[in-house]
Amino acid sequence: MFDIAKIRADFPLLNETVNEQPLVYLDSAATSQKPQAVIDALARFYSHENANVHRGRHTLSENATRNYEHTRTLLADYFSVKSNEIVWTKGATESINLIANGLASRLNPGDKIALSAIEHHANIVPWQQLAQRTGAQVIILPIENDLSINSEHCSEFITQQRPKIVAITHASNTLGNITDLAPIISACKAINAISVVDGAQAAMHLRPHLPEISCDLYVFSAHKMLGPTGLGGLYGRYELLKSLDVYQTGGEMIETVSLTQSTFRDAPGKFEAGTPNIAGVIAFAEAINYLTSLDFQQMRQHEHTVFAYAINQLAAIDGIRIYSNQECNIGNISFNYKDEHPFDLATLLDGFGVAVRSGHHCTQPIMSQLGIPGTVRASFALYNNKDDVDAFINALKNSIELLD
Amino acid sequence: MNSTFKAVTKDIEIAAGWQQKYRQIMLLGKQLPAMPDALKVDDALVKGCESKVWLYIEFDHSENSLVLAGDSDTRIVKGLLALILALYNGLTPEQAAQINAYDEFERLGLINHLSPSRGNGIKAMVDKIQTMAEQKR
Ligand SMILES: Cc1ncc(COP(=O)(O)O)c(C=O)c1O
Repeated sequence: MFDIAKIRADFPLLNETVNEQPLVYLDSAATSQKPQAVIDALARFYSHENANVHRGRHTLSENATRNYEHTRTLLADYFSVKSNEIVWTKGATESINLIANGLASRLNPGDKIALSAIEHHANIVPWQQLAQRTGAQVIILPIENDLSINSEHCSEFITQQRPKIVAITHASNTLGNITDLAPIISACKAINAISVVDGAQAAMHLRPHLPEISCDLYVFSAHKMLGPTGLGGLYGRYELLKSLDVYQTGGEMIETVSLTQSTFRDAPGKFEAGTPNIAGVIAFAEAINYLTSLDFQQMRQHEHTVFAYAINQLAAIDGIRIYSNQECNIGNISFNYKDEHPFDLATLLDGFGVAVRSGHHCTQPIMSQLGIPGTVRASFALYNNKDDVDAFINALKNSIELLD
Repeated sequence: MNSTFKAVTKDIEIAAGWQQKYRQIMLLGKQLPAMPDALKVDDALVKGCESKVWLYIEFDHSENSLVLAGDSDTRIVKGLLALILALYNGLTPEQAAQINAYDEFERLGLINHLSPSRGNGIKAMVDKIQTMAEQKR
């Protein structure tokens, strides 16, 4: 059984008060809260286990190295891929930069890079920079009027336009909408385009089976999956991964160095230059264990129940406009109230102890398309419950009263 | 401190609880005269805010005083802006330099709003006014 009371007790931050009100945390799309096990693992590492990895033959260093590599194996299992296909970075942003940089030498002027119109800036700007450097061109996949991605339309577009790279999100941070990736990835395969999937939002909610998705590269951030900040990574199909150019160079990632030339380690080592986020990686194991200790179907069922309840309650309020897809969603709801500025609503909600985000959520193209300055986004995770929704709706009604 | 500011902040000071406080702030915003569109130029836009905030600032040499106007597309920031304008409008540079907006916001229980991490531009506005006052002293 999915024991939500027990789960909530595992996340100490949920017991905090803000502005003298019990906290209602609805900003998990920005960063998830951490279970006690992750917090303990960070303290344990620094108190008892701290040593550098892949260096030194002393016991602590060997233990740290083993634990560091163990998390790689756990995460590889989580994604159903091989552990040498996982690279650690400082987050999804760095992962996309690493990939864009690693693909630079195979782009020629006139080559196309296709993106969707709802990407996070992290999955737009590195590609624009890459295009500038190489003379390639960024093209935008078709988008429906309601901002949904019709995968059939996208795959037709890919077949026609023949981009070299297709970068698309698995789930939108602003809207929560889940992308139907299968037709898009098949279209990529048919024309040998490299597919890059931004899993920053989906990795925790959807526990993606990557061989089934069958994309070439998949990026994630640990802090959005119950793990520590400053850590993320990417999956790369090994044949492709090992052929990417290195991103940063220095210690740790080399095989041999002379004063005039160096050879690099095999992937994934060649992408991990310098001392990595050892404590973060080791503590992240506890986050993965936490997620996999939950039955996936039950977790999704619970998330969906809370999400659907929130949608229903919201939609019942006169003047609320919801922008998110209401069925196929990881749990992020973007909305506005009449013509009110999302900043005002979010500020008032904060006064009631409800943490939501307002603004463009690093997706300015979406806001331009909608012709609005931004939205209020309430984003849910496995540890939220219907009481959170009730408190949120109550606070929202009170906020609206203050505005009207 | 000038009398306009005293008058304007009286209701905020006596407001019972944060909700009343916000109500008063938003009311102040509502009463702020609309800023002419001609003044809403990019130069007047305070950078780095989630909301749009314009601050027009001029120095009236004949009166030796600061002339301020402003607007925002959000109610709360507009209200806070009205407070700032009430605090500084019409002051001489010497008087303006004496003002500590932080103390005033602290006294009103609004100090959170002067934190740069709030992203509302209030701090940037105060800095801009103070810089102007320094230059004209
Ligand atoms: C869809 C998406 N992609 C990329 C990122 C960037 O992640 P990070 O800031 O952890 O590097 C985010 C984070 O907000 C996101 O939501």
